[in-house]
Amino acid sequence: MNAPLPRAWDSLRQSRGKRLERAASLGLHGKNGKEIPADRIIDLLEAVIERGDRVCLEGNNQKQADFLAESLADCDPARINHLQMVQSVLALPSHVDLFERGLASRLDFSFSGPQGARLAKLVQQQRIEIGAIHTYLELFGRYFLDLTPNVALIAAQAADAQGNLYLGPNTEDTPAIVEATAFKGGIVIAQVNERLDQLPRVDVPADWVDFTVLAPKPNYIEPLFTRDPAQITEVQVLMAMMAIKGIYAEYGVTRLNHGIGFDTAAIELLLPTYAAELGLKGKICTHWALNPHPTLIPAIESGFVESVHCFGSEVGMDPYIAARSDVFFTGADGSMRSNRAFCQTAGLYACDMFIGSTLQMDLAGNSSTATLGRITGFGGAPNMGSDPHGRRHASPAWLKAGREAYGPQATRGRKLVVQMVETFREHMAPVFVEELDAWQLQHSMGAELPPIMIHGDDVSHIVTEEGIANLLLCRTPEEREQAIRGVAGFTPVGMARDKAMVENLRDRGIVRRPEDLGINPRQASRGLLAARSVKDLVRWSGGLYAPPSRFRNW
Amino acid sequence: MEKLEFKFPSQALLAAAPPALCGVVGSGNLEILVRSGVDRQICEISVNTSARGFGETWRAVLATFAASQAVGGTSIAINDMGATPAVVSLRLAQALADYRGGAQ
Repeated sequence: MNAPLPRAWDSLRQSRGKRLERAASLGLHGKNGKEIPADRIIDLLEAVIERGDRVCLEGNNQKQADFLAESLADCDPARINHLQMVQSVLALPSHVDLFERGLASRLDFSFSGPQGARLAKLVQQQRIEIGAIHTYLELFGRYFLDLTPNVALIAAQAADAQGNLYLGPNTEDTPAIVEATAFKGGIVIAQVNERLDQLPRVDVPADWVDFTVLAPKPNYIEPLFTRDPAQITEVQVLMAMMAIKGIYAEYGVTRLNHGIGFDTAAIELLLPTYAAELGLKGKICTHWALNPHPTLIPAIESGFVESVHCFGSEVGMDPYIAARSDVFFTGADGSMRSNRAFCQTAGLYACDMFIGSTLQMDLAGNSSTATLGRITGFGGAPNMGSDPHGRRHASPAWLKAGREAYGPQATRGRKLVVQMVETFREHMAPVFVEELDAWQLQHSMGAELPPIMIHGDDVSHIVTEEGIANLLLCRTPEEREQAIRGVAGFTPVGMARDKAMVENLRDRGIVRRPEDLGINPRQASRGLLAARSVKDLVRWSGGLYAPPSRFRNW
Repeated sequence: MEKLEFKFPSQALLAAAPPALCGVVGSGNLEILVRSGVDRQICEISVNTSARGFGETWRAVLATFAASQAVGGTSIAINDMGATPAVVSLRLAQALADYRGGAQ
């Protein structure tokens, strides 16, 4: 019998011990060994991070560990290099600096948003290797399998002397990151906005945290989910009316997620008016997986909404949320507890509907927000906007959609995945196209797959200003294509429709026009919105919503 | 500015009515004036638009409108500041509803 080769079974722990010793030898142990002065953060990072480490830099499209990101980018690339970054979002200039300065070489992520163009350039110059573009849940999942961070750099609201952390309303990704890192021999460093003797509540226990540093200024939070009702157009009102009457009401959608944008903001603002008029209060939109959209305030105040669980918080909404603890998830201290991993899980498995928007859609219903020269990623949309085959509990909306898709004997239901778009974007760019830019992008980036955000076979309905296409009822690829062309308006794709076939689809209720739904175009006016300005939202909130200054124009 | 003139056959609208004005001339928007026309089987439409080169799109949008609605016997004047087809179609539907409303 061959004796197994001797090996150490605690190399991660030993490595962790050496890293902490190096830090200690530099005098980097403040009170209780955890508090590090801000001016020594680079010394600390250079002491605990090793060449080739997997590093998670916390940041989503909301809160950002911006001080730690900038500090890491200022480290000496001769000492720290070949880092493999594993992080939700590439949002800050410093995130891209890591690659341009030679500190990091590989990236696994979910979303890049504003840095999409710089990222694409780095890929073309072969200065960055992209592992994969994930959804949030996939990336979190991989933190616990093959992408576990060696070092996590996170953002918290406050720390106490022991190193316990209070995350505040923007809990977001922190629990998932810290749990994976702290329990697999990793090092957790938190930047905090303040040090407190007594935390309002403990969100991360001290023994999961190695170092805390008081950031020179509070971590940045982007008000990403604030939509000014003043910018909602009448076409968006019309589309929102169609969605409410033709989808929400017909399926009795109670549990849902809304994507970000003015189209869905319009729906939120029609709940207290148009939906109430249709007698839908209590019958639709009661339970949400949603960031605290300010445009949801009128629906909450009107009694439409029973519960909202959030991925993160939204700037200015915290006092309102704290005062509506029946609706939002809040701690004993009163402030909200968000959690992206759980909210994404709710969006994937517990919601009956996702409705969102896209930049391009092809004739199979595939949609993509990737455009040439930009790598943007997906964030959470594919989790929300997909029919989960692992779902087993029934609900009326899910069953009805399932029977439409698979027939009356269906043994499974179907999530409603709705794409809501105007047929043209700004500058008359058509949303409906023969071929997505994603295919060209795949070739130019050398990627294994085209960056499709939502696959056509997951889409159940398309809403445009021209009407609603119900793809569940289509029985052949040809029907599907004509149903899509049939709502594609005056785009080249729409103009190339087979008119007779589209009329046939209309007779079968697969394509429906506003008049088929009994919608009066004269009602499609901004006057139907429950709030027509940010100031109206403040008024609805009883003065509790405090919008950021850029949204204040009074 | 570009000026476009169209004539489409359309089912006769039952009654003539006082003129109806809908919309405003603002960026991405348009105003539409519907009046009674001369020929009961024809819808006449004149377009003043700030966006040049979209004649064929206008023709398609307006032809669809005239084919799907009974608008014979109307004369429609449009002042446009770069509205998308979506806005044009909605405004046309609103203007026609206003015009018909006036006839009742």
